[in-house]
Amino acid sequence: MRLKTTLVAAAAAAAFSVGAHGATLDDVKAKGFIQCGVSTGLAGFAFTDSDGNWDGFDVVFCRATAAAVFGDPNAIKFTPTTGKTRFTALASGEIDLLYRNTTWTLSRDVDLKFSFLGVNYYDGQGFMIRKDMGVSSASELDGATVCIQTGTTTELNLADFFRANNMNYEPVPIETNAEAQQKYLANACDVYTTDASGLAATRATFEDPENHVILPEIISKEPLGPLVRHGDNAWGDIVRWVLNALIIAEEKGITAANVDSMASADTKDPEIKRLLGVEGNYGEMLGLSADWAVHAIKTGGNYGEIFEKHIGENTAIGLARGLNQLWTKGGILYAPPFR
Amino acid sequence: MSTTGQPHAEPFRVSQLLYDTRYRSYTIQIFALFVIMLAFAWAIDNAVRNLEALGKDIDFGFIFETSAYDINQHLLDYDSTSTHGRAALVGIINTTLVAIMGCITATIIGVLAGVLRLSRNWVVARLMTVYIEAFRNIPVLIWILFTVAIVNEVLPGVRSFRGEDAMSGLFFDSVFITNRGFYIPAPVFEAGSTAVGVVLALSIAAAWYFGRWARARQATTGRILPVFWARLAILIVPVLLAFFAMGSPVSLEVPALKGFNFKGGIYMRDSLIGLWLALSVYTGAFIAEIVRAGILAISRGQTEAAYALGLRPGRTMSLVVLPQALRVIVPPLISQFLNLTKNSSLAIAVGYMDATGTLGGITLNQTGREMECILLLMAFYLAASLTISAGMNAYNRSVRLKER
Repeated sequence: MRLKTTLVAAAAAAAFSVGAHGATLDDVKAKGFIQCGVSTGLAGFAFTDSDGNWDGFDVVFCRATAAAVFGDPNAIKFTPTTGKTRFTALASGEIDLLYRNTTWTLSRDVDLKFSFLGVNYYDGQGFMIRKDMGVSSASELDGATVCIQTGTTTELNLADFFRANNMNYEPVPIETNAEAQQKYLANACDVYTTDASGLAATRATFEDPENHVILPEIISKEPLGPLVRHGDNAWGDIVRWVLNALIIAEEKGITAANVDSMASADTKDPEIKRLLGVEGNYGEMLGLSADWAVHAIKTGGNYGEIFEKHIGENTAIGLARGLNQLWTKGGILYAPPFR
Repeated sequence: MSTTGQPHAEPFRVSQLLYDTRYRSYTIQIFALFVIMLAFAWAIDNAVRNLEALGKDIDFGFIFETSAYDINQHLLDYDSTSTHGRAALVGIINTTLVAIMGCITATIIGVLAGVLRLSRNWVVARLMTVYIEAFRNIPVLIWILFTVAIVNEVLPGVRSFRGEDAMSGLFFDSVFITNRGFYIPAPVFEAGSTAVGVVLALSIAAAWYFGRWARARQATTGRILPVFWARLAILIVPVLLAFFAMGSPVSLEVPALKGFNFKGGIYMRDSLIGLWLALSVYTGAFIAEIVRAGILAISRGQTEAAYALGLRPGRTMSLVVLPQALRVIVPPLISQFLNLTKNSSLAIAVGYMDATGTLGGITLNQTGREMECILLLMAFYLAASLTISAGMNAYNRSVRLKER
C-alpha cells in the first residue's frame, strides 16, 4: 500500500518534469522529424484524407518546413489540437511548431510567451446564418443564439461586437468545429461565427451549402500564422523563412514543376539564385542545406499553388485570394527581401 | 507494549529499530513518510523550476482583470466587462446548481429504482435491472453527449413555433419545449406579495407542528390521523386566501417568441437539461444498487414481524425497513454525491459553463495562467467535496443506530 502511494507520487512527479527547453532546432534534428500542431479537422486547412494522411493548407506549410530541414516532407508528425489545447501543447514542448489558424495578438505574443513568425492567411471574423432567416446584416442579430469555438479570439471579438452595437446574444461555447457544425445544423443556434475562411470551409461540407449565407460584415482582423515558443530564435527563423520563401517563390514564378529547372538553369534573376541556393550561403546561415528552399517549394508548390489547390476558388471551399493576393496584385501578401 | 509490568532490564539498542518487531513498524513508516515527502518536494521543485525556465511566474493578479467574454447562464450579474474572478464565481454557482439539482433527482430515481428492483412484479423488477445495468456500465460522458444530442436533434426547433402552422406550447401556450432548452413561465412578484410569502412561511411552520402533534398523539392514543391531507390543506388554503385577499399580487410571466428566441420567463438551456438528466439518471443507477443493498441488509424477520402486526407492505417499507436501511445506505451515498459533483466537470463537453468551463476553460485559455487556474479549480472541487462530506456525515450521525 505504502509502496503504491510512493509509486503514484513518483509518477505524478515524472509527469511534471517536462525538462527545460533548449534549442528546438537541435532537438528536432536529433529526433529526425517535426511535431506540428494543427487543427482537429477543418476542411481545406487541416484534415485527414481517406488513407489517414494529413493534408490541407496549414498542413502543407508544416510539410514544407520539414522538407526544408530534412529534405523530406514526410519527416513530420501531426498533433491535432483544439482551440483550448493548442497553447498548452506548444508551451509544454509536446509540439515544436503550431500551424493552426491561430490569430497573432499582443497578449499571445507577449504574455503567453510565443513568437509569431508571419501570416499565412489574412482573415477576419464573420457570421454564417440560414438564408431563410432573412437576415442580411450582422446588425440584425439582436437576441440571436450564437455558436462559438471556445478558447479563441472570436469569443472576445463577439463580446466586443455585440456590446459596441448595444445588442444581446446567447453564446453557446463549443469545443471543436465538428460539434459546432452539428449544433448549427440542428438549429440549436441561429448563427455560427468564426474566421470567415473557417465558415467557408465548414459550409463547403454541408449537404445544402446554397441555403446558408456568410454575412458581409467582417468584425475583426485575424492574421493567422505559425508560432513557436519564445527564445527559440534559430528554430523560429527557419519557420519564418520557409513561409517567406514560398511567398517569394510565387512572386518570382517558381512553381513545384519548374523549381528544379530554375535551380539548374542559368537564370538571370539574382534573388532566385539566392533563394534556390545557387548563389550565396543563406542555407548555411539558417543551419540548413543550400537547397532547402527547393525542397520546401517542391512539397506543395509556391504560396499561390498551395492556396489554389486547397482553399482556392476552384475548390469546394471557394475562397477568393482577396487580401491574400500578392502585394503586386492588389493584396497585402508581402515577404521581406531575400538577401 | 509490555504486559508484564516489569521494567526493561536491557537498554535500547539501535539495531532494535530493524530487528525488534516493536520498533520495526515505526521505522518502516517513518522511512516511507520520508520518501513520500521527498517525492512531493521534488515534484513541486521541478514544477517551479520548469515554470521559471518557461519564463512564467505564479501570479493570481488575473482574477481582478476584465474577462472580456460572455457567459450564457449567469445567476449573478455578469457581462464581458466583469472580472475573471466574477466569471469563476458564475461558473462555481453553475456547478453548484447542477450538482444540487442532480443530487436531488438522482436520490429520488435511485430510491425508486432500488425498491422497484426488489419488486415481486417480474416485469418491473427486470425493467429496473435493465436500467441499472445499462447506465452503470456506460461512461457518463457518453450519456451526457447522448442526452444533449437527443435534446438538440429530436425536440422541435424554436422556428417551429413561428409562422402559419405554428406549434403551440404546453399548458395553455406557456411552456415551450425546444431543442435549445425549455422556456417556462417565471413568477413576477408585485406589491403585496410579501404578505403572501409570510402566510406561506407560517403555513409551513403550522404543517410541521401539526405533523409533530399527530405523531405524539399516535404514540399516546394509537389513533392515526390523515396527516398527508391535513398538511396539504394547511399549506394550500391560507395561502390561496391570502393570495386573493391581496388582489393576486403574484403573476406569471409567460415566455413569448420575439425575434430569434423566446423572451421572458425562465430559460433552462439544453446543456443544463442534458447534463442534469444524464448525471441524475447515471448516478441514480448506482444509488439504486446502494438502496437495494441497504434493504437486503435488513433481516427478513423485520418485515415478517411488521406484517404480523398488521402493517401493509407500503408502510412496512417506509416505517420499518427504510429507516433501518438508511444506516447502511448513507455512507456509500456520500461518495455517490461526491461523484456526481465531480462528474459535473464534464459539462464543457456540451457547452455548459460550469467552473471548469469558465475558470479552467476560457479564463485559463485567454490568460495563459494554467498553473494558477488549475490550482484554484482543484481548491474549489476539494472544498465542495469536503462540504458535501461534512453535511452527509452529520446526517449519517443522526440516522445511525443510537446506542444508549
